[in-house]
Amino acid sequence: MLLIPCPYCGERPEIEFSYSGQAHLVRPPRPAELSDEAWSEYLYVRDNPRGRHAERWRHLRGCGRFFNAIRDTTTDRIAVTYRMGEPPP
Amino acid sequence: MPEPVEAPRLLPPATRFILQCGKDARDAAGRGFGLALPEAACRAESAGGRAALWLGPDERLLLAPAGLEDVLAGELEAALGGLPHSLVDVSHRQAALAVAGPAARELLSHGCPLDLDDAVFPVGMCTRTVLGRAEVVLWRSRPEEYHLETGRSFASYVLGWLREAEQGG
Repeated sequence: MLLIPCPYCGERPEIEFSYSGQAHLVRPPRPAELSDEAWSEYLYVRDNPRGRHAERWRHLRGCGRFFNAIRDTTTDRIAVTYRMGEPPP
Repeated sequence: MPEPVEAPRLLPPATRFILQCGKDARDAAGRGFGLALPEAACRAESAGGRAALWLGPDERLLLAPAGLEDVLAGELEAALGGLPHSLVDVSHRQAALAVAGPAARELLSHGCPLDLDDAVFPVGMCTRTVLGRAEVVLWRSRPEEYHLETGRSFASYVLGWLREAEQGG
């Protein structure tokens, strides 16, 4: 089982967490002004890197907080976790 | 498998509130509650039959003897005044269980993924976590006693799970 360092609670077992997809997505302020392609790109298209990936996690069965993590998609190694609102290190 | 001295048991009903707020409101609520609410992560404070458990950065679980819902809500709302907060009565949402005895830690370790070693999970530590397939709040209230809070509908499952684990299952 992976140990994931929650920024609030410290290292905790993987089954306490839920995964919430790619981090740092910014919603376009005025969707109505976007083309259908640009809007569907925002809604559906995600990075799929081999290596470092910034993603959102939630300590669902713990403190309940969302946070961001940099995870290597090939090794599952989590390099760092940081609180919501903080820039990726 | 050594037997715990006491079998896992359901605890009597209690008054429970979830308080979500910032530091100022928490300090005020602590004065109304008669017990400073913990600021350190995963720590609980208890005195005089009341307890306050850290569940998240802005979330505390307040425990008191049964039947104090209206009294406690009044005291807390008076102390909180106009400070922004959310105070929810969850007395009947949850049920409490106690696991006590020299083998309590070993018993919980059958289905709780946390490291319960003294160095990592000392007396006074509490957290929401998982036991078997159920979500629980686990609080080490004494050196050899753990207080568990779980959803009311999960209580019989958790109790049954503990009794089965006691048999070495």
